[in-house]
Amino acid sequence: MAPETLITLAILTPLVGALVIPLFHDRPNLRETVTLVTAGTLLLIVVNLLGPVLAGGRPEVTFVEVVPGLSLAFKVEPLGMLFSLVASSLWILNSIYSIGYMRGNKEPRQTSFYVCFAVALGSTIGLAFAKNLFTLFLCYEALTLSTYPLVTHKATDEAHRAGRLYLLLLLGTSLLLFLPAIIATWALAGTLDFTPGGILGGKASGLVIGVLLALYVFGIGKAAVMPMHFWLPAAMVAPTPVSALLHAVAVVKAGVFTVVKIVLYVFGLDVLSTTGANTWLIYLASGCILLASLIALSKDNLKARLAYSTVSQLAYVVLGAALATTMSLEGSAIQIATHAAGKITLFFCAGAIYVATHRTEVSQLDGLGRAMPFTFFAFLLGSLSIIGIPPFGGTWSKWMLALAAADSGHLVVVGVLMVSSLLNVGYLLSIVGRAFFLPPRDGVVTGIKEAPVACVVPLSLSALACVVLFFQIDAIQALVAGALTSPQ
Amino acid sequence: MSVLETVLGHYDYVITMFLMMAGLYIVVASGNMVKKLIGLSIFQTSVYLLYIEPGKITGGTAPIVDPAFSVYSNPLPHVLILTAIVVGVATLALGLALVARINEAYGTIEEDEIFDRDRES
Amino acid sequence: MTAVQPHLPVLQVVIPLLGALLAGLLRRGTSGFALALAVSWLMPLIAVALLCQVLTGGPISYHLGGWPPPWGIEYRVDALNGFVLVLVSTIGAVGMPFSYRSVALELEPRQQAWFYCMYLLCLTGLLGITVTGDAFNAFVFLEISSLSTYVMIALGRDRRALLSSYQYLIMGTIGATFYIIGVGFIYLLTGSLNMVDISARLGAAWASQPSAVIAALAFVTVGLSLKLALFPLHVWLPNAYAYAPSFTTVFLSATATKVTIYLLIRYYFTIFGVSIDFRALPITEVIVVLSLAAMFIASLVAVFEQNVKRMLAYSSVAQIGYITLGIGLADQAGLTGGLVHIVNHALMKAALFMSMGAVFYRVGTVNLKDLAGIGRKMPITMAAFTVAGFGLIGTPGTSGFISKWYLALGAFERGWWWLVFLIVASSLIAVVYVGRVLEVAWRREPSPAIAEASDPPLTMLVPIVLLAAATVYFGFFTEWTAGVAGTVAKTLIGGLK
Repeated sequence: MAPETLITLAILTPLVGALVIPLFHDRPNLRETVTLVTAGTLLLIVVNLLGPVLAGGRPEVTFVEVVPGLSLAFKVEPLGMLFSLVASSLWILNSIYSIGYMRGNKEPRQTSFYVCFAVALGSTIGLAFAKNLFTLFLCYEALTLSTYPLVTHKATDEAHRAGRLYLLLLLGTSLLLFLPAIIATWALAGTLDFTPGGILGGKASGLVIGVLLALYVFGIGKAAVMPMHFWLPAAMVAPTPVSALLHAVAVVKAGVFTVVKIVLYVFGLDVLSTTGANTWLIYLASGCILLASLIALSKDNLKARLAYSTVSQLAYVVLGAALATTMSLEGSAIQIATHAAGKITLFFCAGAIYVATHRTEVSQLDGLGRAMPFTFFAFLLGSLSIIGIPPFGGTWSKWMLALAAADSGHLVVVGVLMVSSLLNVGYLLSIVGRAFFLPPRDGVVTGIKEAPVACVVPLSLSALACVVLFFQIDAIQALVAGALTSPQ
Repeated sequence: MSVLETVLGHYDYVITMFLMMAGLYIVVASGNMVKKLIGLSIFQTSVYLLYIEPGKITGGTAPIVDPAFSVYSNPLPHVLILTAIVVGVATLALGLALVARINEAYGTIEEDEIFDRDRES
Repeated sequence: MTAVQPHLPVLQVVIPLLGALLAGLLRRGTSGFALALAVSWLMPLIAVALLCQVLTGGPISYHLGGWPPPWGIEYRVDALNGFVLVLVSTIGAVGMPFSYRSVALELEPRQQAWFYCMYLLCLTGLLGITVTGDAFNAFVFLEISSLSTYVMIALGRDRRALLSSYQYLIMGTIGATFYIIGVGFIYLLTGSLNMVDISARLGAAWASQPSAVIAALAFVTVGLSLKLALFPLHVWLPNAYAYAPSFTTVFLSATATKVTIYLLIRYYFTIFGVSIDFRALPITEVIVVLSLAAMFIASLVAVFEQNVKRMLAYSSVAQIGYITLGIGLADQAGLTGGLVHIVNHALMKAALFMSMGAVFYRVGTVNLKDLAGIGRKMPITMAAFTVAGFGLIGTPGTSGFISKWYLALGAFERGWWWLVFLIVASSLIAVVYVGRVLEVAWRREPSPAIAEASDPPLTMLVPIVLLAAATVYFGFFTEWTAGVAGTVAKTLIGGLK
């Protein structure tokens, strides 16, 4: 099939899935089959796009020109390719996991859960493939709106409060800052197309570039750059599969992916480094990395701790974008992939623990390691990857970011990265330590078994992925290099 | 002196302005719905004058072409104002009908009493 | 067809007028409805034919009774009012099927035929204002539409409808009288009532008596602002919309204010703007400030409103602010944004009021606290409400985004970057008031009071869905909204002095 057709299919598949799922409202098995088939089809389509992109092709398709020069159009470039691969492959794992989790917990309203999930994935794919800022913004908002019902899934007062915060922060930042930045870009550059080398070169002064960068970085609330991160811990009220895929992969990664793409294709690396408009962001990102890690250390709620860990890890990606060198951007791209694998593992484990024991606090996990060996072993692997210890995927991103920082003379940043890894050890490995080495609180663990198979299998697979990524990093590098070097 | 002359020379406009302001004042200040409508009518009537006054030329006659006359008054404002009068009458009639219905529904046509009754219910 | 075609401009007005007379003779609601439906469905055909003719062949001038302008009354159709004609007549045509059930439920049988008579009169008035090229004739049509509107509002079930109608009558008459005072000044200055003729003569008047011209401009502005509910002259609107019968609200919110806005644009850009540099007067700044006040204050009031119809009414005041903002900006992109928002807002607000009308039809109330979980019971209706609500917010992918996009660009063109932030900030308030309803409708458990509710009959549902779909459609395909509006704006701005 022509790559252009594949793009259309990739965006439509999840949406069609979302339309079909409600038809099987009363037949859960068929309904979940639809989800899995949709996810499988999507992955197949995305993988088929990989070949042409690796070969240097940039297939694109324009749906409709909304306003002269402003169109709903999609174009696959390497970064989007990587992001869509990550999102679509993890969606399969997550769908299997969701089945285990949702049924294990006997959650209500499962149909709308799967529908919203499919729409969210469709938006994510659209965002990954967006050819211009308008299309990206459209998918960005669609992603916010489609995940809102997922965040408030529990329909408790707390969930509604969290949902309001979620919506107001994400929509608020995007409408108040992101949209004006897009309008300003249009007014300055006369186009919104993502173009290698940027579209703002020579169009604005250093000050304007700096202000625009700030509007983008803070306007993209999904990137959770402090102080725009509050929605992320609040969103943890959602069922764990939502936290896992959306708030460790799709939504937050959509945020940092957008930042990276804007730095690369709207500003252009040269424009940023010559005007020096990026310096403040380097320090802000570094500050975020440390501060969020420290907050994570202080959290007892497992998902809250993971949420702040995510905030910290996202700041790595932003840091890479802020450094604005080829190497750092490569680090950012790889961090998007490796952190996704690592963090989804950790969330899967948190969910598995909840399904099996209904425990949510770190301090309640003492001695659970022996009762749930797979889960906690996977948690260990995921943690090690996030900390950045070989042979796990996370190593590479940290390594490249440190190297890039050293190259560009920001030695402080190298220090920050090292301290942060230590903090990661503190807040992640302590959990594993408690589970394996501390005696259970009430003497013995009784009646606690591993979570359902549908939960354990995905988390084992994603933990495995962390290892695989370490050895297969060349493939990712080859893909990303296409975005960073080729001038087309 | 010249100010006084201007005022006296345009006494018809002064009357128009006075009616206009008086009408508008009644609409704003009165709480009685019928009185409000009366004010509104006065306000509209002042506009009729505003149109008709400049149409009249001293010494001018009705615009029937005749060699004996060279100065004619402008008839168009009269025609316009005939239409405006119709509109004004229709408005007044509808307004009074509404007041009658309000009186049936609320038992009063004083605005503040009506607001009180709405607040109570 | 060839015999009819030259007379299309006047047929646009005469057909609904005759329809109204006929409806006045009818006694049964159903026959009144059939007549109104037939007339309403005929109107868009004429309007579209006129617009197409104008877009290809330039303005049409129709001389009533064969008297050439400036002596006779001229009906003049150009791209600007052709565009508004299509909007008003389409809203009437799409909305009409909705009225059948809604009117049958909300009005007593003996009133129904009268209601359709008033509706047709109102339609006559609105189309007349739009099509006429005569300043005084516009006043007459303005009053025809207003008087019938007062009746349509007063027919509401709630006794507060009477009060709202009375208040609107007082305010509306003051507005119309201000307008006619302004026209009087213009007539004194130029000796003409024909709009084209006035614009040609006003320049000389401006040279000799500038203050009189400004007085005329001020009176026309205030008079029309009262009718179009520009903040702070909007106080009549929320009650009138909230207590009127559902269909009245739908029709008025989508057309009445829009037509008055058209008339304001007509005065600013093709009458005053051609002969004097009105952008140099402080009036544009005043309008921008008032528009901003509307966008923020009315939106904030909407946030705290418990009655959803009232909430939407305040939202209308805010949205009118967007349109007048485009007028105040008076540059290419800004005016395009204002013009396109006339259409976009009409479509989405009609969809919103209609879905509330459908809810009222099924549940008998539109108070927010009674609507918990209504989304589960009336999914299609509320889905349409949701989509149109997103349009109000201006989410990308809806027509509202297109409007705001152009307005923001217009602000940039003027160099007012701060205005861009204010425009987007006001959308955020829309997120809150729309979000409140959506949360209650979708995320709460249905209360027992609405257990029996279900989606309304097709005659109601189809118009709702059509209008909501239009909100999305015009978010992507803008040739007939932003495209035409852009052309119109270009002509208008190009004609300015």
